[in-house]
Amino acid sequence: MFGLGILSGLLIVPLCGAAFILTLGEESEASKRNARWAALATTLATFLLSLVAWGRYDATTASFQLVESHAWLSETTRFKLGVDGFSMPLILLTTFLMPFCIGASWLSVDKRVKEYYVAFLVLETTMIGVFQALDLVLFYLFFEAGLIPMFLIIGIWGGKRRIYASFKFFLYTLLGSVLMLLAIMAMYWHAGTTDIPTLLHTRFPVEMQTWLWLAFFASFAVKMPMWPVHTWLPDAHVEAPTAGSVILAGILLKMGGYGFIRISLPMFPDASHSFAPMVFALSVIAIIFTSLIALMQTDIKKLIAYSSVAHMGFVTLGLFTLNEQGIQGALFLMISHGIVSGALFLCVGVVYDRMHTREIAAYGGLVKRMPLYAAAMMVFTMANVGLPGTSGFVGEFLAMMGAFRANPTVAFFSVFGIILSAGYALWLYARVIYGKLEKPSLQGILDLDLREKIIIAPLVALTIYYGVHPAPVLDTFAPSTEALMQSMRTALSNTQTAAATLPPVSR
Amino acid sequence: MYHAIVFLPLVGALLAGLFGRQLGPKLSEGITTGLLAFSALLSWGAFLEVPGTEHATRVQVATWFTAGDLVVDWAFRIDTLTVIMLVVVTSVSTLVHLYSIGYMEEDPHRPRFFAYLSLFTFAMLMLVTADNLVQMFFGWEGVGLASYLLIGFWYEKPSANAAAMKAFIVNRVGDFGFSLGIFLVFVLTGSIAFDGIFSRAPEIKDATFHFLGYDWSALTLACLLLFMGAMGKSAQFLLHTWLPDAMEGPTPVSALIHAATMVTAGVFMVARLSPLFELAPNALIVVTVIGGITAFFAATIGLVQNDIKRVIAYSTCSQLGYMFVALGVGAYSAAVFHLFTHAFFKALLFLGAGSVIHAMHHEQDMRNMGNLRRYIPFTSAMMTIGTLALIGFPFTAGYYSKDAIIEAAYASTRPGHTLAFICTVVAALMTSFYSWRLFFMTFEGPARWAGHGGAHHDDHHAVAHAGSSAQADGAPGHHEGVAHDDKGHDVEPASHSAIEHHDHAHTPHESPLVMTIPLGLLAFGALFAGLIFKNRFIGEGMDGFWGHALGHGPDNHIMHDIHSVPALVSYAPFIMMLIGFVLAYWMYIRRPELPGQLAAQQPSLYRFLLNKWYFDELYDRIFVRPAKDFGKFLWKEADGRVIDGMGPDGIATRVLDVTRGVVRFQTGYVYHYAFVMLVGVAALLSWYMLTGLPKVAH
Repeated sequence: MFGLGILSGLLIVPLCGAAFILTLGEESEASKRNARWAALATTLATFLLSLVAWGRYDATTASFQLVESHAWLSETTRFKLGVDGFSMPLILLTTFLMPFCIGASWLSVDKRVKEYYVAFLVLETTMIGVFQALDLVLFYLFFEAGLIPMFLIIGIWGGKRRIYASFKFFLYTLLGSVLMLLAIMAMYWHAGTTDIPTLLHTRFPVEMQTWLWLAFFASFAVKMPMWPVHTWLPDAHVEAPTAGSVILAGILLKMGGYGFIRISLPMFPDASHSFAPMVFALSVIAIIFTSLIALMQTDIKKLIAYSSVAHMGFVTLGLFTLNEQGIQGALFLMISHGIVSGALFLCVGVVYDRMHTREIAAYGGLVKRMPLYAAAMMVFTMANVGLPGTSGFVGEFLAMMGAFRANPTVAFFSVFGIILSAGYALWLYARVIYGKLEKPSLQGILDLDLREKIIIAPLVALTIYYGVHPAPVLDTFAPSTEALMQSMRTALSNTQTAAATLPPVSR
Repeated sequence: MYHAIVFLPLVGALLAGLFGRQLGPKLSEGITTGLLAFSALLSWGAFLEVPGTEHATRVQVATWFTAGDLVVDWAFRIDTLTVIMLVVVTSVSTLVHLYSIGYMEEDPHRPRFFAYLSLFTFAMLMLVTADNLVQMFFGWEGVGLASYLLIGFWYEKPSANAAAMKAFIVNRVGDFGFSLGIFLVFVLTGSIAFDGIFSRAPEIKDATFHFLGYDWSALTLACLLLFMGAMGKSAQFLLHTWLPDAMEGPTPVSALIHAATMVTAGVFMVARLSPLFELAPNALIVVTVIGGITAFFAATIGLVQNDIKRVIAYSTCSQLGYMFVALGVGAYSAAVFHLFTHAFFKALLFLGAGSVIHAMHHEQDMRNMGNLRRYIPFTSAMMTIGTLALIGFPFTAGYYSKDAIIEAAYASTRPGHTLAFICTVVAALMTSFYSWRLFFMTFEGPARWAGHGGAHHDDHHAVAHAGSSAQADGAPGHHEGVAHDDKGHDVEPASHSAIEHHDHAHTPHESPLVMTIPLGLLAFGALFAGLIFKNRFIGEGMDGFWGHALGHGPDNHIMHDIHSVPALVSYAPFIMMLIGFVLAYWMYIRRPELPGQLAAQQPSLYRFLLNKWYFDELYDRIFVRPAKDFGKFLWKEADGRVIDGMGPDGIATRVLDVTRGVVRFQTGYVYHYAFVMLVGVAALLSWYMLTGLPKVAH
């Protein structure tokens, strides 16, 4: 259609929806309603389109598929899109989560409704763009452009301290991206192109790899976020509206991990190998320290935010193990965490809409009046603590197993995470859901209504389904992981024969 | 068939859990109990069929996940050990389901309760049928979840919530080791399936593994890590603290999960992995020693507890210690035999205790009981049988299995066996003592419950042990015994809150038929399971019975050696049992003032035991509180002051000051837009820079 492929379609459809919403009239009830329905229809259409793309995708090979290349800035910097085993599941996760965000904002967002949905749809385009871009400049653009709508969503529709939170979010992420931009320029200088598939086969000198790796790391580590550049996340989560938190935890955090697997690991194998110990250290610190911090939180959203940081620690840990179990585990954990943490934030939104507080102390005994809610929350809590049979287990388990193969000591410390996660998650559950329903303000609280049931039920189902049968996702990662491992092994052994001083490749 | 055995309980759990409200309590109970009964029937069928087959059968269900060379299947491994566990789990579970219909009669949440029970059974069946370590871990954590849900079933009780969390988290500490053990086994053998592990294990017998700065014998390390999981699940010394608290759950739960099935999962695990453990003798020493200490230590605490369920809980803990002693000295079949018989008599004791509690309208403190034999004769008779089996009275179930363990501990030549032997023999004495103490305090002596003979609840300190010093035996239990010690007899189920049991003037009543039938059936097992199955489990028939289900090294003749122990050793358990009985009879029937006097003479020892060796306080001091303090420190100081203070806050404050100064008079979200524009400018700049670059490059 117009010479554009399905991947362009995924970028264009949300933008069309946004444009349509902009044409809607003044802030009247009717236009608000229209904006909501238009946004929902757009996100659903995007999701369906992504399913079509999934249907055309061949999950058995590692090569880029559905590739489109359009003339853009120059001959060497093209508008090039494509997907492989790393990006396809993340795109599906993005398009899948968007309708839930729209649904979650249905009643809770009542000011500047049009702009709100426009911001979300633009955000969707940029997020999908990050995962599809096969050109570094394009990648960078989408990566940074996503900041703007997110910044607006927190800053305009956020809570009381939204200004502080949005600035913090902005400052952190901007800092990282400046360095990334420099690195991209340097890579262009060296390779003469910003085409990702070409760069994947470009061998950068080891010395240069170190600097490039560090520059990208600055950006990805902030996005992840890794300890100690994580402090923007709890504040951003706390102040963001529910849907903003869902996207933040569900998708935006995954961009860091995606960046590592798309750029850092394959393009700078030697640097990745030599920096792995540092990443391990930071990951383990993140897992243990932020879990302990989560234990002491008094704000539900902040608790989940800190637990996200801990889980992202498992992701970085797994990615840099440089073995199949670790990498696939990390990737699976990204998908699983997208679903589970998104669902947890949706669940917090449910009670926040009713009580307008996120203080743990304001709740207690909800199960008495909200049994369905309690059941859903139990499933997500268990997924969050990595109970086998939920999606949370597979990723964490594989990541830790990979870590054990790479470095048993690191694995030893990371496994403390499973004790601590049980601690903070169950304690939260006990304080919010269990106990006596004594607070007068809670006496009239209502269980999930139809809209909320529709939003939460699929997430419950998916959490359990992927826990029992993770193969659809895991097997999609496999060929690309295999190819990555292959190329890294060759690269590392080449370097070793060149300079026999490097430590042996860890297997 | 095995699919049906394992998945029928899941079907029941889903039906009762998802549609409980539509089905109503009666139908939910009927469905779950019926499905489980069918599953039990099939299990017995398998039990008659499988033993005697040489090798394990593998039933593939589906693939769970694969990553690189790691392949994890959903699959069943069917051998003698599996079918024994199938029989134990489904039989006890069916009886507990049945019993709960009566016990939970007044509870408004019965569908949920039965859904949890069936869910538990499903997870337990997945555990015992597992063909690989990861599926076992699935069942392992699944039973942990069900246990968490059931301990916290009366969610309005803070003590129940705390106990549920404690159970889950302490088990997670064990799972910490279990996970690492799985990883290590995979790294060593390249497999997580039992067949693969066992076939590779002999080759790596002498391998070493560098871990935490120390060169370990690889297999020893793997076994120790796995055993840490077993310690958590089976509440062994150091990781035992959750089990007594777990008594906060409804009594049928205690019978099913915390006596007969889940807590024996650790024993099952070591038995299942016996081919691996057999190659790691040093790990087995640890198993022996931990088992021996647990058997002894739990029994000492059981001596002074006043809550009827807690006495039995410590008894369970102690008996599990026996099983680990057997495993440690290589008498795997004796361990599993004790697991098998213990399931019957311990479930019987718990359900009997439940019947007592039911009769007493949710009173659990034995100091408020007494003389109940007159009122609930059937329960009392069943409890007598349970007690006899537990203390190993000749020809009851416990007699065969427990004596075999003590003899094995004696006959063994492995290091640590002497300690284990002494511990188990002394524990046998204490077992007899606390069992009879429980029996006498509950069923004999003067009635001490409220409304009886004008004795009011508040007076029970004085009444307890007639004339004993209240300070010694009564008061500490109430005021110094750890806070949750006495919550047991608050108000058990939520639905009973209306019943002021302290003031009721009811006479205790016998339980309905639906509760007494399970008691009768379990009593049959407690009496005859030993007699019937002894020969097959540990006698001459054992080789044919077990096939290759258990690993025995070529030098392991322990099951043979136990026949040649000195006569005194064979009689030791019986003598201990008699002494225990006489002591208990003397102290609680003839001279009921004695226990109080003893406690007054030895106040520190008494409190040490009553407070369970102060483990809860110790753990709170060295783990829980430091974790919280450190978390708070990291949050407020590290995150808040150092990272934020030096980084974003510092910068942000400056930026905010400037922007405020500039746009003070403007309204709206000026500075947002300003920042958006800034980003736009940055983006544009990068475009230009990059499009301009080619000229520079070429």
